[in-house]
Amino acid sequence: MSGVEKRFGGVVALGGVDLELRSGEVHALLGENGAGKSTLMKVLSGAITPDGGECRLRGEPYAPAGPVEALESGVAMIYQELNLAPELSVGQNILLGREPRGAFGWIDSAEAEKKVSKALSALGGGELSADSLVRDLGPGQRQLVEIARALVEEAQVIVLDEPTSSLSAEDTEQLFEVVRTLTKRGVAVIYISHFLEEVREIGERFTVLRDGVTVGSGVVSETSMEELVTLMAGRSLDEFYPHVPHEAGEVLLELDELSGEKLPRRASLSLRRGEILGIAGLVGAGRTELMRALFALDPIRSGEVRIGGELASAKNPKERLEQGVGLLSEDRKGEGLALDLDLATNATLSHMSPFSPGGWIKPAARAAAVTHWIERLGIRCTGPSQRTGDLSGGNQQKVALARLLHHDVDVLLLDEPTRGVDVAAKVEVYRVIGELAAAGKAVLIVSSYLPELFGICDRLCVMHRGVLGPAKAVSEWTETEVMNEATRGVKGGAA
Amino acid sequence: MNSKRLMSLLGPFIGLLFVVVLFGALEPSFLSTRNLMTVAIQTVIVGLGAIGMTFVIVSGGIDLSIGSVIALSSVVTALAAHAGFSPPVAVMAGVTAGGLCGALNGWLVTRLSIVPFIVTLGMMGVARGVAKWLSAEQTVTPSPEASDALALLASKTATSPGIWITILLAVLMALVLKRTVFGVHTYALGSNEDTARLCGVPVERTKVWIYTLCGVFGGLGGVMTFARLSVGDPTTAIGKELDVIAAVVIGGASLAGGKGSILGSMLGALLMAALANGCNLTGVPNFVQEILIGSIIVAAVAVDRVRSSRR
Repeated sequence: MSGVEKRFGGVVALGGVDLELRSGEVHALLGENGAGKSTLMKVLSGAITPDGGECRLRGEPYAPAGPVEALESGVAMIYQELNLAPELSVGQNILLGREPRGAFGWIDSAEAEKKVSKALSALGGGELSADSLVRDLGPGQRQLVEIARALVEEAQVIVLDEPTSSLSAEDTEQLFEVVRTLTKRGVAVIYISHFLEEVREIGERFTVLRDGVTVGSGVVSETSMEELVTLMAGRSLDEFYPHVPHEAGEVLLELDELSGEKLPRRASLSLRRGEILGIAGLVGAGRTELMRALFALDPIRSGEVRIGGELASAKNPKERLEQGVGLLSEDRKGEGLALDLDLATNATLSHMSPFSPGGWIKPAARAAAVTHWIERLGIRCTGPSQRTGDLSGGNQQKVALARLLHHDVDVLLLDEPTRGVDVAAKVEVYRVIGELAAAGKAVLIVSSYLPELFGICDRLCVMHRGVLGPAKAVSEWTETEVMNEATRGVKGGAA
Repeated sequence: MNSKRLMSLLGPFIGLLFVVVLFGALEPSFLSTRNLMTVAIQTVIVGLGAIGMTFVIVSGGIDLSIGSVIALSSVVTALAAHAGFSPPVAVMAGVTAGGLCGALNGWLVTRLSIVPFIVTLGMMGVARGVAKWLSAEQTVTPSPEASDALALLASKTATSPGIWITILLAVLMALVLKRTVFGVHTYALGSNEDTARLCGVPVERTKVWIYTLCGVFGGLGGVMTFARLSVGDPTTAIGKELDVIAAVVIGGASLAGGKGSILGSMLGALLMAALANGCNLTGVPNFVQEILIGSIIVAAVAVDRVRSSRR
């Protein structure tokens, strides 16, 4: 691919991308959210048509009209959100839409079986059975089913989009095995990932995108981690994590052996005003469950929550909000925001009383309140009445954040606050978090992106299988120590 | 948002305009004051039901029981009048019966977390059964003095109280839906219930109120039914729930929740009443009318789909 361009209206999504892929290699495609990776992949899969530049496949001009045509040319996409029918078997899923037809439109089962077993063996054997239901498979095996689907069509180029974001370490290792098997057969793999460690393990060459342009490419083993980060971010880490001076005050939030239905297990911590405490850990360690139990979204089985030194129980989020605790959900689309409603409703839903005497809303007063936060957070929108779902991910997240600011909560529980947010918006979110701490708020952050926790937190603790380790000042941790504790846990308990 | 809202009202409005112009040209008497009043009076029952149903559908729910609730309420009103209670008391009795059915719907939906479709399907049978039980499976005919007083509600004059009450309630409830905390909570529930919960919206309480409100409007519809028939009929309004739901959907609401407006629902109800009336006047057979209304429902939703996918 060379000089590929794509514009959406006035927005340039791709402004000249070059990418060279050789057969039998794993090519890492790097870039922050919003760098243009997804758009580039849509061009490759034929979902959108580029406005400029050209793509060639084995020397031939390549311009698929849609995903089906792309697949027929040998280019297959494996998306983050898997597209499988859970109630069908592995074999049925692999052939879905491409079932070999026999007489009268009946499925030619002998031929089907042959195709499925060929695809499964191309994965390198493994324990995947054609008859098991996809419903019963874990996320790692589901991913393999997706890859097998691509192999039925003899795909020569397979694109893996953030394949390990929901996989355990074992599943990741198994996936890597499969990827290596495939490349030995000459299949080229484009590997999109945020995790540089993974890229170092599996990738041979890399291309970095930033703001829709190729800013660098090379051989992974000849490039240092720092060089990659600088290429991706386009700035050094100091600018990336703006430092807002803040000072820890009195203890505001205390958890004493808090246990949920399954997770967390007896989690204890204390958080001061003007302090940012980060919780690291693997996906599924129970960090989100801790936040939800704390916010009374999920039941608490045992343990106590104290706010400002006083025992604070709550039956539902409404009571927690009244106690001055607010949660930013990790699932922005599913839970955090009502995407079909306007920005004003989303930003004020938890706290409408200031402009609704007797239950009747004063639209002008509400719009004024929302406009204040739009300006303060730099939300790019047409105004308070714009539909929230029409905003970009970063701006949506700012709306969700605006709700907590508007509510003026004292304790902010931020679950993955920068997930799906572009670089520029990330920096702004970090700045707001810093300012909140400076204003005497207590901030608890869960994040799977370690550099971010190191960049903005004062103290850090790690959760492993529902057990929360002790919190230490960020300066006392190294990334390796955090990863060790996240994967193996630590003896002891209280933070 | 505001221009989009106008756009979503444009469909039913153009549909209504088209029907009025078409039948006005085919049959001039369609546009006579007397006939337009007839159309208005015919809209009242579905219109009242549609006000309540709009709240339910915007919140992401459905109420299949409203036809039966109308029948039950008409029977209760008739029984109260028959027993010698004054007209206002009879009206209150009918409305209360509807409100109780709605409250029970809301309670079952929230306490037992059964989907509204099933709860209100059950209530559809129960309310109809209770109506037949109370009336001993016969029409209830109060004394002429008692029923005449209430029949005034459904008079076909320009001062017909039924029409003006419906218009007044529609305006009031439109404001409630758009401009009150309760209304915003209703939209939030239908758009994303998890978000509503996260924001401390009293999800259960709000739902109970929404279904109660729908029951109350079903009750009002029952009172109007009695006013028109002068008898309480336990077998009236069979299938009316589908007319009410159709009016709301034609008016731009989404059964997935989060979308819809009272004005749209009123346009939808008017459109269906005008179409039925026009067909009768011009001698179009009943079956054509049914085909037309069925097509309009699907077309209304299809137009909406196309529009929202082009966003």
